[in-house]
Amino acid sequence: MSTFDYTVLDRAIEEFGNAESSLISILQSAQEHYRYLPREVFPYLAEKLNISEAKIYGVATFYENFSLEQKGKYVIKVCDGTACHVRHSVPILEALRKELGLSEQKKTTDDLMFTVETVACLGACSSAPAITLNNEIYPTMTPEMAVALVKSLKENG
Amino acid sequence: MLKSREELQVLRSSCATRLNTENKRVIVCAGAGCVSKGALKIYDKFAEIMKGKGVNFSLELQKDPHGDSVRLKQSGCHGFCEVGPLVRIEPQGWLYVKVKVEDCEEIVEKTVIGGECVERLAYTQDGIVYKEQKEIPFYKKQTRLILDNCDKIDATSIEEYIATGGYTALEKALFDMKSEDIINEISESGLRGRGGGGFPAGRKWSQVARQNNFPKYVVCNGDEGDPGAFMDRSVMEDDPHRMIEGMIIAGIACGANDGYIYVRAEYPKAVARLNLAIKQATELGLLGDNILGTGYSFKMHINRGAGAFVCGEGSALTASIEGKRGMPRTKPPRTVEHGLFDKPTVLNNVETYANVSTIINNGSEWYKKIGTETSTGTKTFALTGNIQNAGLIEVPMGTTLREVIFDIGGGVRDGGEFKAVQIGGPSGGCLTEEHFDLPLDFDSLSKVGAIIGSGGLVVMDKKTCMVEVARFFMDFTQKESCGKCVPCREGTKRMLEILNRIVDGKGEDGDIELLKELGETISKTALCGLGKTAAGPVLSTIKYFEDEYRAHIYDKKCPAGACQKLKTITIDPELCKGCSKCARNCPVSAIKGEIKKPFTIDQKLCIKCGACLSNCPFKAIKEV
Repeated sequence: MSTFDYTVLDRAIEEFGNAESSLISILQSAQEHYRYLPREVFPYLAEKLNISEAKIYGVATFYENFSLEQKGKYVIKVCDGTACHVRHSVPILEALRKELGLSEQKKTTDDLMFTVETVACLGACSSAPAITLNNEIYPTMTPEMAVALVKSLKENG
Repeated sequence: MLKSREELQVLRSSCATRLNTENKRVIVCAGAGCVSKGALKIYDKFAEIMKGKGVNFSLELQKDPHGDSVRLKQSGCHGFCEVGPLVRIEPQGWLYVKVKVEDCEEIVEKTVIGGECVERLAYTQDGIVYKEQKEIPFYKKQTRLILDNCDKIDATSIEEYIATGGYTALEKALFDMKSEDIINEISESGLRGRGGGGFPAGRKWSQVARQNNFPKYVVCNGDEGDPGAFMDRSVMEDDPHRMIEGMIIAGIACGANDGYIYVRAEYPKAVARLNLAIKQATELGLLGDNILGTGYSFKMHINRGAGAFVCGEGSALTASIEGKRGMPRTKPPRTVEHGLFDKPTVLNNVETYANVSTIINNGSEWYKKIGTETSTGTKTFALTGNIQNAGLIEVPMGTTLREVIFDIGGGVRDGGEFKAVQIGGPSGGCLTEEHFDLPLDFDSLSKVGAIIGSGGLVVMDKKTCMVEVARFFMDFTQKESCGKCVPCREGTKRMLEILNRIVDGKGEDGDIELLKELGETISKTALCGLGKTAAGPVLSTIKYFEDEYRAHIYDKKCPAGACQKLKTITIDPELCKGCSKCARNCPVSAIKGEIKKPFTIDQKLCIKCGACLSNCPFKAIKEV
C-alpha cells in the first residue's frame, strides 16, 4: 500500500487546518475524491491530527454520508422522504434494485458501475417522487422511467 | 471595502438607481423544483432568442445602464413549484406557468417586444385566467416576509440585496442601537424559534448576552433534516444575505465575533450560495474585521453536515461542528451557557435569523401585528404529499389548516379525498378533518398533540395507510437514533418491530397497548428532543385512527388498501385464458391450474409478492 496517494489528504489538512474540529471537513474532501474512505486514510489522519484512529473510525461510521466501501460510478439515490414516500417512492427503489440485482444489504454492483441507496429527503418535495443520479435531481419519477434511465446508462457505459 | 455607514448608503442608492432603470424584467425561477423541470434551458433559450432578435438586454445588474434595457435573470424559488417552470414578467407582474423551451420565442416576440400577455401560459383555475401572480389564489392568502426576496432578486448578487434594502438592519444595529436595544426589540417582537420548540429568541439572546465567558458564538442550524421540508433550503439558496445579516445582528447583541452555519450535506447549492455570499460580504467589509469602521468584527464559518438527523438537536450539532460524533448530551448545562467549544452560544435556525432584519427594520410594534398574540410573525411551510399545489408557502401564524390546504393548496391531488396531514415530521403528529379550523401556531398545535416543527406539511389522501405512515416515521427515527440513550435506542427498535408485524398482517392482541406504553416511556425518559418526540407519529395516529390499527391486527385488513401483505390476490376466471405464465412466475408455487382453463391462487401459500400481477398478459389478476 506504499503507492497510496496522500496528497488529497495533505491538501485538505492545509485548507481546513489540523485541529480536531477539521476532521469532518477533511473526511468529506477524501470521500469526494475517492467516493469512499479508503482504509489508508485512518492511520494517516490519526498521526496528522493527533487523534486516535478509533475516534476517526467512530466519526466515519457515525455519519450516513461516509462510506467505507467503494461506490459505483453512478450513484443513484432514491428519496424516501415523507412527501416522496406518500407519492410511492418505494416501487421505484424496488424496480432499480431488481434491474441491477441489488438489495438493502448489497448496494453496489460488482462491476462498480451502480450504487443504489435511499436518502431521507432531498428537499425536492414538490417534485416527488424524486431520485438523484450523481447529485442531479430527476423529478416525478416512475419505476419505468428509473429502469429506462439505468438501461441508457448501461448502454453508454 | 466600505469603511463607513455613509459609504454603504452611497452604494445602496447607486445600486437602487441601477436596479430601477431596468424597466422590463424576465425572471426565470431557478428554484430546485423548476430547475429539475428544465428552467435553466429556458433561461438559456431566452438569452439566445433575445440576442438573435437584437433586444437590448443584460444578464446582470448593469454597471452603467442605458436605454430601454431588458433584464433577464434567474431568481430563487417562487414557491408555486407544482406548475413550474415559472417565468414572471415585470413590471406587469404576469406569471407564466409550465413554460417550455418552445414557448420562449413567443414570449420574447409578444411580451418582451410587443408588451402583450401570452394568455395561454397564464395560470387557470376553475375556468378563470389569472394573468397576474398576485391575483392567483395560491399567492393571495400568503404574506411573504421571509420569502419576499426569493422570487425577486438574483441570490448571487449582493448588490441586488443591498439595492432592495439589504443590510439596513445591520446598519441600524451597529450605529443606532445598543446591544440591549437589539435584544429588547427582538424580545418585544415576540419572535419564537422557528426550528421546532418555539423558544422565545429574545430570551435566548439575553441569556447569552449576560454570560461573562468569552469568546461567544452564534450558530445557525441549517441541518433541515426533517423529511418533507425544504423551507430553510430556499432561504439559504435564494436569499443567503438575509440570514447572514440576522446572524451578525445576533453577534452584536450577544457580544460574539464568530458565526457558524451548519448546513445539510444534501444541499450542495445552499453551501455554494452561502460561501459566495460570505465572500461578497467580506469583500465589502460587512463581515470580517472592523465592520463599517465601527471596530466590531464578525467572521463567518460554514460546516457541512455529514448525514445525521440527530444533528438538528442543539448539543449534537455543536458536537458535530467540533469534529465529533453528533451525539446529544444531558442538559443542563444549556447551550446558552456551555455550547460550541463549551462557550456561551446562540443557536437558532435559518428562518429565525431570517426574521431578524425585518424586525429591526420595521420595529417590534409593526411585527407584532402579524400573526397571533403568542405566535407573532409568519411561518413558512413546505406543502407536499397528495396536494394539488405542492410548493413553498408563507402565511401569518394562526392561519387555519383549511385556508392552507384548500385556499392555497387547492385541495387534495387528483380529486382524492382528504384523510390527514402530517405536521412536524418525525417529531410531529397528524391532524385530521376535525382540525380544519385549527389555527396553525405554536400553542394551538401543542394543545392537540402536534408541533409546528420546522414546517413540513404532508397531505395524505384516503389511499394512504396511517399505520404504514407511522411505521415509515418510526423506521426513519430508529435508523437515525444515535444510540446513546437506552429508551431511544431500544425503544424505537421495539416499536418498529411491532409496527412491521402489524403491516405484515401478523399483529397480535395487545400490540396497540404495548405501542402506547413504549411510546409514553420513550417520551418521558429519552435524553434529547429527537428521542422524546420519536413516538409522536405513532401515538397521534393511534389517537385518531385506532380503528385502522384494529383492522390490521384483528381483521388482517388494510382499510386504505395500501399494505401489500394484507391484500388478497385473486384470478378473475372470466379473464384468465389459462396461459400458465403466472404459475411459472410464482416463487412459492401457489398458483395451479390446467392449461387453457382458469388458474387459481392458493391463499394459504400466497406470500402477496405481486410477481403474478405485473406479468399477466390479460390483466386477469387483481388485488383487493
